[in-house]
Formats: sequence, C-alpha cells, structure tokens
Amino acid sequence: MFFEELLADDGRVEPRDEMPDAYRRLLVRQIAQHAHSEIIGMQPEGNWISRAPSLRRKAILMAKVQDEAGHGLYLYAAAETLGVDREDLLDQLHTGRQKYSSIFNYPTLTWADVGAIGWLVDGAAIVNQVPLCRCSYGPYGRAMVRVCKEESFHQRQGFEILHTLSHGTPAQQAMAQDAVDRYWWPALMMFGPPDADSPHSAQSMAWGIKRFSNDELRQRFIDMTVPQSEALGLSLPDPDLRWNEERGHYDSGAIDFTELTEVVSGRGPCNAQRMAHRVKAHEDGAWVREAASAYAAKQAAREGAA
Amino acid sequence: MRDWPLWEVFVRSRRGLSHVHVGSLHAPDAELALRNARDVYTRRQEGVSLWVVPSAEIVASEPGQSDAFFDPAADKIYRHPTFYDIPEGVEHL
Amino acid sequence: MTTPPSSSPPPLRSSGEQLVGDPDRHVAGLFEYVLGLADDALVSAQRTGWWISRAPQLEEDVALANIGLDQLGQARALLAHAGAVEGAGRTEDDLAYLRDEREFRNVWLVERQQRDFGVAMARLLVLSAWQAELYAALARSTDPALAAVAGKAVKEVAYHLDHAGHWVLRLGDGTEESHRRMQAAVDAEWPYVEELFTPVDPTLVASGVAVDPAALRPAVLHAVGSVVRRATLTVPEVAPARGGGRQGLHTEELGYLLAEMQHLHRSHPGATW
Repeated sequence: MFFEELLADDGRVEPRDEMPDAYRRLLVRQIAQHAHSEIIGMQPEGNWISRAPSLRRKAILMAKVQDEAGHGLYLYAAAETLGVDREDLLDQLHTGRQKYSSIFNYPTLTWADVGAIGWLVDGAAIVNQVPLCRCSYGPYGRAMVRVCKEESFHQRQGFEILHTLSHGTPAQQAMAQDAVDRYWWPALMMFGPPDADSPHSAQSMAWGIKRFSNDELRQRFIDMTVPQSEALGLSLPDPDLRWNEERGHYDSGAIDFTELTEVVSGRGPCNAQRMAHRVKAHEDGAWVREAASAYAAKQAAREGAA
Repeated sequence: MRDWPLWEVFVRSRRGLSHVHVGSLHAPDAELALRNARDVYTRRQEGVSLWVVPSAEIVASEPGQSDAFFDPAADKIYRHPTFYDIPEGVEHL
Repeated sequence: MTTPPSSSPPPLRSSGEQLVGDPDRHVAGLFEYVLGLADDALVSAQRTGWWISRAPQLEEDVALANIGLDQLGQARALLAHAGAVEGAGRTEDDLAYLRDEREFRNVWLVERQQRDFGVAMARLLVLSAWQAELYAALARSTDPALAAVAGKAVKEVAYHLDHAGHWVLRLGDGTEESHRRMQAAVDAEWPYVEELFTPVDPTLVASGVAVDPAALRPAVLHAVGSVVRRATLTVPEVAPARGGGRQGLHTEELGYLLAEMQHLHRSHPGATW
C-alpha cells in the first residue's frame, strides 16, 4: 500500500494522499492541541505586556506574543489541510473537548516568570518541536520549520531576562530564582507522561509523527538546561540532579505526575481563567466577523450587478 | 455562522525569485486577505511581493492519478542533456 | 540635536514671524512638542497592546500587534529625542516610567480605554489620519532627528490608516448591529478630534521645526470624513471635549494606565531590566 511504502521510505505524506483514518485523526488531535497551546500561551505572557519594566522589554514581549498568534495560525492552517475547519477546532477548544498544553495553566506572578517561560517553557517546546520538523505529514513539518526558526528568539530573550535579573539587585535575583523554582517541574512535565504510561506514543512513532520518546526528549532538555542554569547563577529545585559519568547524562529526581494529572483534568491554578479569556474574546468578536462576512457578500453582489 | 473563507498565501522573498507557497489564512475578502498575509507571513522581511488565492479556486492534480500523470515521464531520459555522449575536448555544448 | 536659531535653514512654513533668539525657550518648547508626539504614540501602544489575545480573529491579533509595535517604536524614538533635546540625561525609560500624570503631554483621544473593536478602529482611523498628515509634514522638519523619525513613521501610519479604514468600512456597511455599533464608536471618538489641532509654540512653527496643527485640519477631517461616509455612517456633530492633554490636564483614565505601566519599574529604583 502506498501509505506504508511512503513511510517505510521516510517519505512525506501530503494533504490529498490516501491515509488511514487513525493517522488523520491522530494528526488532527495533535496539531489542533499544538495550535490551541500557542494561542492560550499568549495569555500568561500577554499578562505582562502592559507592565514590562522597560520599553525595550515591552517591544520584545509584544513581538513574542504576536509570534505565538502567528504560530497558532500556521498550525491551524496545517490542521485544515486534513479536512477540518479552524472554526470547528476552536469550538472544540472552547467547549473543552480538545486540550492545550498544561503549562499555560500556571500563572505569571512576577516579571521573572516571563523570563522563565522563555527559557524553560520555550526551551522545552523547542526540544519537542525540532524533531517534528521531520514529521511524516508534510504540512505539519513545514509549519514546524517556520515555528522553530522563530522560536529560538523566544528562548534567548527569556534567558536574557533571567540573566539580567540574576545579575541585578537582590530583589531581582530572588525574583528570578523564585520563577525558576516554580517553572522547573511543570516544564519537565511538558514532555508528557513517562514512556511506560504514554498511550499514543508507540503508534505515533510508527507513523513517523513522533521521532523520539517522551523520556528521551526530557533527558535531552535536562542535559541542555543544567549547564545554562549554571551560567545564569540560578539553581534548579531538584536535590537529586547530578551528572552521571557512566550514562553520560544528568540524573534527576522523580517527577510528581499526579500534579500533571490534576492540571490536565482542569484543576490547575488558571484553567478556568484561560478558557474564560479565550471564549470571551471569541464571543466579543462575533459581531465583527459577521459584519466582515456580510460586507463581503454585499460587495460580491454589487460587483455581480455592475 | 461559518468561518471566513480560506486563502493560500504565496510570497516572493526577493526580486528575481518566484512566489512560493508559505501557508494559508482566513479572511472575509481579498483586500483583507492580502493585508492579513502581510501581517502574518512577512513580519521578518520574508517578502517583497504577495499573492493570495482563494483555496477553493485551486485546481489540483489527483494523488490517485499520479502514476498516470507523472510516471510516463520517467523513461524519457533523452530529454536530459546528460543522455548524450560528446567527444572529449568539445566545448560550449 | 536642536537647531540653533542663528543657523536655521529656511523655515518649513513661513509665518512671517521673526524667530526670537532665546535658546532656553526654544529647548523647552521643542522638548514639550516632541514629548507630546511621543506620549501620543506611547499611550496608544499601551492601549493597542491590550488587544493582543483579545482580537475578533487570530489574524487580527497579529495585525494589531504590528500596529502596537509601530506605535511603541515611534514612542521610543521620540522619547529618546526628547531626552536629547532636554539635555538632562533622561533616557526613554526615565521619561516613560518616571513621569506622573500631570507631566504627560498626550491628547485625550489616545488615553481612554478601548475595549470595543469598533471604538478601537474609529480611534485608530482618527489617530492615523492625523499622524499621516503630521509625519508627512514633519519629514521636512528643520530638526533632522525629528525629520528622520517622521520619515520612518509616515510609512507605518499609512498602513494603520489603511487598516482602520478597511475595518470602519466593513463594520459600518456590514450588518445592522455592526452599523449601529460603528456609528456609536464614531460618535464616541469624535469629541476628541478637535484637540489634535491645539496650537503649538509659534516659534517652533516659524523655525520650521514643528508643524502648525491647524494647517493639518482640513486634510485630516477630509480623510476621516470620507471613510466615515463611505462606510454609510454619519459624521457626528458634537461639541469637542475639553481637552488639555498638551498641558498635562488629562481624563481620570490616564492615571490608571500609568499606574499599571509604571509600577514594576518604580518598585525597583535604579534597577536594570
């Protein structure tokens, strides 16, 4: 069969190709969830646009949150090539039938959280996303290439914020450390449950959507981040974190996945707030979207009559 | 009410190059589609010219017919210059 | 960066007035003038930024962020210039974060909340129509720094005007509801149009540094009015609001905007971010 041959050959599946329904469904679910995460992710950082402590930081943050809207857009566009409508996907988000990344259910309590999100959350996202550039589904892979290119600025600006704070006043240092303490474990949970408990992983790997397991990616992130934390002069809140010469990796403490389960099931600190914000924006904009459609219809009629 | 229609976006990254497909977006009409394309796809100076085309207007070949469409070209190797043997020393050919 | 009166090139607009050779007054006047334009841009950027994650459609989130970034860029360039003109070593951040309500010089048009998309577009239409005329003229200012900022900004605000114009047209001539809401938005913003034409220091106009706001009035009103009429809306006949922003007399809303914008910066005096 064409689909199987294509995957065996590391080829790319394109929108109008025949593909198994389960492959299509898995992709729609994953791409939609990814897109939803981008647009919900605008909120925790958008929370600080009005209060950014310098005009330079304000400009960077606006551009970054804007990128997230753009990334959401690229991803919805990729999902739409699979025969679903963005409007339907948004509806599923708004009614809680599709999820977004749990990390965005944590609050940004201080300015340093904007740095921690850039450094840790975007850092983890990049580790997750780089392999997706080679995803077997062409439009998703291409969207990810674009996203990854833009994402690297996000991580760097986060690192720069924390670096400035950790070399600043004692109050700023404390702010930076507190943010890292709060975001470290949730960032590790972004890679999903341990491989043993990851229901979709095997199929996803077989189909060339996922290229590495949750635990492999998590380890990669830890190995990459520990030296960066040393450069920042900030500690990571894990007493068991140490270099293992034999493995060639950092060992780390056990992750409390009951926390992840809690947040995924809607009991995170900001779940209700994030959804309410998103739904309100959508509902408040309905009259605008309808007006534009009505105007387009009138224009078409006028041009037809002319 | 349904969403705004989908548009495909093509960007010419610089003069001398063709427009290349970069993605799609939603817009109620052509004027706003072009402006949305500018805002979404050329934020980092990716382009000097834009096309937007209603997705519904694109006529595409069927993947199921790709054997009939594209395989017959496979054995016409005489269409490629490397098919021909040229004696040593002959230049500009 | 100021142009000493003795070496002033021919004025941008000759009003026939002889330039008074008082450098201190010139500096103070120019500082106030540039600050006014900077604060218009800064406060607009602050209000526009609110929309990011709240726009009617994802594409519009991206568009409004672009507009906000342009406004913020203009504000930063103008504040830096104002600081240089003043010569007291104040940076863009000193001017943005460490002045109180009474020291801000923006017009009332930009400082009020705008949490209705129609209001946001009506305001952007007025603001960008005015800035388009203003920056086009200022691109020929005898103050080279001001001319450079204006020369860049004129392209940006042309896009803002185009964007706002397209939306006012669609909302005005869209559905019954959108027509009603867009008319209400135009009515709500119209009282704040007149303040844009508040006279500025005549010596600055005479020396070709500044633009006489009154000279921009016909073109601005024509640009805005023609969009409003094409959108099947009515140009309101309302009394102008009291205004006074250029003298630091504001609505009560500005204080809250500044409290939010400035609190973190002020909570850590002298810190670097």
